Amino acid sequence: MSLCSFGVEPLSCHAWNKDRTQIALSPNNNIVNIFEKKGKEWVKIHELTEHTERITGIDWAPESNRIVTCASDRNAYVWSLKDEVWKPTLVLVRINRAATCVKWSPLENKFALGSGARLISVCYFEEENDWWLSKHIKKPLRSTILSLDWHPNNILLAAGSADFSCRVFSAYIKDIEDKPGPTAWGTKMPFGELMLEHKDSDGCGWVHSVSFSASGDQLAWVAHSSISVADAAKGKEVTHLTTDYLPLLSVLFVGPTEIVAAGHDCCPFQYTYKGPGALEFVKKLDMPKQSSKTTTSAMQHFRNLDKKATEEDSTKLDTLHQNSITQLCIVSGDKAKVEKYSSVGLDGAMVIWEFKTGGSGDVFQKGQRAADNFWGGVDDPLCSFPVLGCGAIPHTQTH
Amino acid sequence: MSKNTVSDRFRKVDVDEYDENKFVDEDDVGENQGGPDEAEVDGLLRQGNLNGALHAVLKNPPLNTKNHNAKERAELLVVRVLSSFKSSDIEKAVGSLDKADVDLLMKYIYRGFEKPSDNSSAVLLQWHEKALAVGGVGSIIRVLTTRKTV
Repeated sequence: MSLCSFGVEPLSCHAWNKDRTQIALSPNNNIVNIFEKKGKEWVKIHELTEHTERITGIDWAPESNRIVTCASDRNAYVWSLKDEVWKPTLVLVRINRAATCVKWSPLENKFALGSGARLISVCYFEEENDWWLSKHIKKPLRSTILSLDWHPNNILLAAGSADFSCRVFSAYIKDIEDKPGPTAWGTKMPFGELMLEHKDSDGCGWVHSVSFSASGDQLAWVAHSSISVADAAKGKEVTHLTTDYLPLLSVLFVGPTEIVAAGHDCCPFQYTYKGPGALEFVKKLDMPKQSSKTTTSAMQHFRNLDKKATEEDSTKLDTLHQNSITQLCIVSGDKAKVEKYSSVGLDGAMVIWEFKTGGSGDVFQKGQRAADNFWGGVDDPLCSFPVLGCGAIPHTQTH
Repeated sequence: MSKNTVSDRFRKVDVDEYDENKFVDEDDVGENQGGPDEAEVDGLLRQGNLNGALHAVLKNPPLNTKNHNAKERAELLVVRVLSSFKSSDIEKAVGSLDKADVDLLMKYIYRGFEKPSDNSSAVLLQWHEKALAVGGVGSIIRVLTTRKTV
């Protein structure tokens, strides 16, 4: 794992370029910063400043090298790199509330945009007039869309929303693509067709994040107090697991049966789904470091007891992230077998995690300090944290 | 001057009722939603079967009804049962409940906090501590986000 701190502002969202040498992220304002990894440091190379309100979603299409951003100013822009400069193109999304999330489709010929206007905008490029058009999915959405994910077939779209339901729609645009073949989710797929709607019977809160599996047959989503998986291959049966933890905000399929989810507990959790009724918690993926207890003098000890009614002097969390994790993103591998994934959080840090299947017994090794603090002058609170490895990992492995 | 400035009745209009985009929960009125059976619980309490009383009072929670009286009665009954436990027995009693019942117990505990009476808050706090140990913060999240309050 390696942690990189991008300042003290929360990171709203992030996206990687194709070879993972550049990362686009937004520090809770209306600017997108693109950083490039030069050696061990992340250097800012571009600043994208077209939005007027807080940026809520960024996605970077790996093949066509275009970035789409959306913000609370009800706009979305598609950025293309021309002569080393990113040029924006306005997209006519036609929404009257803030945009909340955006995702390129797997073939990158269209993208989906969720908004607070209770609709999803599926946008595609029209060659004749050289602009981006959008089609709306309105029914039966009753509230803000909080998250989106595309099915690998480029047609189906999963949406989690604040009306406590998770849905799968068809986003088939006949102008730009061929008719899709039948899938496990259904056979007829005109635009806007609802393939699955699941509302948690106890109103388990908003659906914060959705993720299709690599094959597209399973769909995982996280709500305020539960994680669920719908299995199209088994008759769209939904398996539900209530959690004992704080709400999870982001979920990602990292293997055919493995799921990683993270949220307000500041730590990624691993779940495994083996079939309907078999959704289980496996383990926490962030081992708290063995904190070296600095020897405090007796005077210090009693002073703490007196002033703060506590014996310890530390307000730091045990986990790498010091605040909630808001978004998980694949770094290397694909959904069928993720090797590395990244997380950003409200603490302004981005951590790259390695995902290893199996392996027991966590070995603590004194690792190289991979944290860079970017703005200088402020001491990085995390010093010499151990590099985590499971099973047999050679010491020479670098992140 | 128009006559309208005299009357301020418009201030009492609930504009949200007329909003066509208003989110309306689906109302499924479940059966057996009348609240726990008072007679049964009373009987068990008098016998001294506290665990049995606890299980009985957690049956048929008035989740789906809009009937406030049913909810009040259920809450009072639950607080009565919870107060009759000895402090040392609370942990074992919570241990005998399953997950769904622990969540339900949490809902009743928080409902009890809303209207404190006499010693109820102290007792409820003890129960809260034990229920939290079993249910985790997840059970409190479910109390906060549930659309069907007990």
